[in-house]
Amino acid sequence: MIVRITVNGDDRPFDVSGPDSLLSVLRRDLGLPGTKDACEQGECGSCTVELDGALVCSCLVMAVDADGCEVTTVEGLGDEDGLHPVQEAMLETGAVQCGFCTPGFVVAGAHLLDRNPHPTPLEVKEALAGNVCRCTGYGAITRAFELLAEPHPGDAQTGEES
Amino acid sequence: MTSTVVPRVRGGIGTSVRRPDGEPKVSGNFAYASDLTAPDMLWGATRRSPYARARLVRIDVGPARAIDGVHAVLTQADVPGKPLFGQEEQDQPVLCDGEARFWGEPVAIVAADDEETARLAAEAIIVEWEELDPLVDPEQAVADGSVYREMRVRRGDESVSGNVVVEGYYETATQDQAPLGPEAGLAIPDDAGGMDLYVTSQWIHIDHKQIVDCMAMEPDQIRCHPVGIGGAFGAREDISVHIHVAMLAAVTGRPVKMVYDRSESFVGHVKRHPSKGWYRHEADAEGNLVKVTARLILDGGSYAHTSRAVLANGAYFTVGPYRCDNIVVDAAVTRTNNPPAGAMRGFGAVQTCFGYEMQMDRLAAALDMDPLELRRRNALAPGDPMATSGQIIEGSLPTVAVIDALEAIPLPPEDVDDDPLLRPGGTGLTTSKADVVRGVGFAVGLKNLAFSEAFDDYTEARVVMTSAGVEVHTAAIEVGQGLVTVCQQIARTILGTERVAVIWDDTSRIGSAGSTSASRQTQMTGGAVHAASEALRTKILQTHDGDELRADGVYRSGGLIATVDEICADGPVEEHVRFRHPPTTTADENGQGDVHAGFVVAAHRAVVDVDPELGLVRVVQVDTAQDVGKALNPQAITGQLEGGIMMGTGFAVMEQLVIRNGVIVNPTFTDYLVPTFMDAPDVETRIIEEGDHWGPFGAKGIGESPTISSTPAIVAAIRNATGKDLTKVPVLPEHIIGD
Ligand code: FES
Ligand code: FES
Repeated sequence: MIVRITVNGDDRPFDVSGPDSLLSVLRRDLGLPGTKDACEQGECGSCTVELDGALVCSCLVMAVDADGCEVTTVEGLGDEDGLHPVQEAMLETGAVQCGFCTPGFVVAGAHLLDRNPHPTPLEVKEALAGNVCRCTGYGAITRAFELLAEPHPGDAQTGEES
Repeated sequence: MTSTVVPRVRGGIGTSVRRPDGEPKVSGNFAYASDLTAPDMLWGATRRSPYARARLVRIDVGPARAIDGVHAVLTQADVPGKPLFGQEEQDQPVLCDGEARFWGEPVAIVAADDEETARLAAEAIIVEWEELDPLVDPEQAVADGSVYREMRVRRGDESVSGNVVVEGYYETATQDQAPLGPEAGLAIPDDAGGMDLYVTSQWIHIDHKQIVDCMAMEPDQIRCHPVGIGGAFGAREDISVHIHVAMLAAVTGRPVKMVYDRSESFVGHVKRHPSKGWYRHEADAEGNLVKVTARLILDGGSYAHTSRAVLANGAYFTVGPYRCDNIVVDAAVTRTNNPPAGAMRGFGAVQTCFGYEMQMDRLAAALDMDPLELRRRNALAPGDPMATSGQIIEGSLPTVAVIDALEAIPLPPEDVDDDPLLRPGGTGLTTSKADVVRGVGFAVGLKNLAFSEAFDDYTEARVVMTSAGVEVHTAAIEVGQGLVTVCQQIARTILGTERVAVIWDDTSRIGSAGSTSASRQTQMTGGAVHAASEALRTKILQTHDGDELRADGVYRSGGLIATVDEICADGPVEEHVRFRHPPTTTADENGQGDVHAGFVVAAHRAVVDVDPELGLVRVVQVDTAQDVGKALNPQAITGQLEGGIMMGTGFAVMEQLVIRNGVIVNPTFTDYLVPTFMDAPDVETRIIEEGDHWGPFGAKGIGESPTISSTPAIVAAIRNATGKDLTKVPVLPEHIIGD
């Protein structure tokens, strides 16, 4: 059947016959290998995408069930002017080693900051506990979110408080 | 080895520069092996043995061949060249040769139009087996003489004894590297009967040699390319899909790609050797070590891989960073029907560090002495003979300095945050605050640097000055650790320009860089880049009679006398070097000799909270002081220390491949637990800079150290909290609850 989804703002219809996951369709059929496949069991978070605003492991979503949905992948974050702040912060603190976990952390981290612009370190740990990183020990990732969680001048919240 | 002139340049050594591959990695644009495709590409799949040991009675590939979309089904009879491969000893069949010797051994391979068809076809192959009794007990294997290597180390006088004696028996389980990126490879045939291979690896030249032999091709017919790697930790030092994709591509004449899924990855690479160790430490009344007696068994599983070298490390590191003049060590690595073991971060030194550091704590208790004081008293220093090999320590070895620096780090407050999530059991919310007991433990660990025992260890680099900037060419494998940045930093510092690009060359373009293992690439490939850059700088200065090289050209007495364009007027200028570390020797029949190229030392202190009733542990903080020689990139060092500590934490309290009668029962991320963000301890790091006698600017490799002594420090802390005599890792709840 033809499945119609919007990926990173573009209409991307595709034909699916078998029990393909959203992850394999993104990687194989839609030419978006940025979303990674490290377990296909919902255990590592490498395949994290936003599906209609919710954070999901795309390896656990049947492609047919994404019909009519909007998907945001790592390739859809940032714009021509530059990287998304999460991407920038992870580069700044050295939170990228092999980088295989990074797309998942970027998508999950952006999702967290959308909902909670000033997370505490414990809130960051909890929110990202579904994303495994085997290289960094999470220290540099923690520091990236500390940078991001600092209140910035001009933030709505800062304005209200002052 | 220091540069005569160290110009000030942006992005040079000692700075925490951003990695050049960082931006593609955060954007999802970095190409890992599993992301590669080629026009007309087929997919490969593997059929594996369901038994740890069985005779292959009959194999019928007909049903697989009959499936629409299947292009090839191959067995051992189809291997064009040498039927066996292996890094040190060629003993593993490319495909099952009549007897399967481990659970998951490849039996047949398939190429088909798509992944699903390939997997279905692999399952459709009819295989009849006669199950045989597997040899799975390493002690039985030693008794049977089924060993890859035995080692005997004797030093001093066996008959002496100390006033204080402690004995212990320790076990470590099988740990998996579990790199996040799966084994993956793509083979693309060329028009001349050869091919290009893009396969996850830590050392493409050693792969190349094995592939060429098994494919019966000329060396120049096969080109192995460096490719994007999702972590390695030792798992990629041996062959995985390499020869299989090559065979399928050669037979079909089309590109073939193979990617292991997670469960296949758990059987598709070597693991950390499980170990058993018996130790007897004797000291005088002041706490000076008098004699260490040890027996060590590592299980190498079904094929040799790097087991011989791992055993040497085990045997030589049974005493750790301590002086002792009387040594009796017997060690063996066994051949069994368990999954093959090989390289993993720490390479034999992890297993013994758990043993000797538990012993040092016991000895301190028996002497009623502060455990760190005991370690300081016996600390190995430059000029001392290494306890086991007798080799005089050259270069730097700041054992006391790392202990002092560690001790000076403030302990975390007892009770800052009462969030239940931060108690043992975490998100399970099972532990009440009143039940939590805190413990603190220490450990110090020693590791050798680069390859040992007279191995001809070298690495090549080519540094080229062009009008557009400097190119560093190497075949060294970047697995995520940041070698790419270190190479840039070294070349920038010596050549005075920020414009340095690292070019990853395939096996046809440059000689071997050796393996990305043994903590060796910063020193070895870094050393080659250093030497080539120095030679290039000297050549350019001599040619133009200058005294300084800067980003815009050659200077004399502060004035520009030749621009970069003028330097490169006749084309790029280059230097190509083959770099070696100081030679090592083989050992005599007593294990004595200058077998190691250098040493690195680190100390760890762990703070844990334990719920003794439920057996739950939270690792609160792990601090470290690390000998680095010279810090080339402080941020990258912190990343290695924190990442290595996390892997050591996993081994201390959760990571264990459960193997029953040769069968891995937990080959998934659901059942093989790796630490998540919620498990991550806070980490404080201190780096100790005392330049080594070789390596760029005195730098040492530090990739393995953090994994070596973090595990025993955590176990010591749990013991401190519970009073339990914990002698196995990982420490599981039942070890804490039981009597
Ligand atoms: S690949 Fe989806 S969670 Fe691991
Ligand atoms: S950077 Fe390698 S898994 Fe996170």
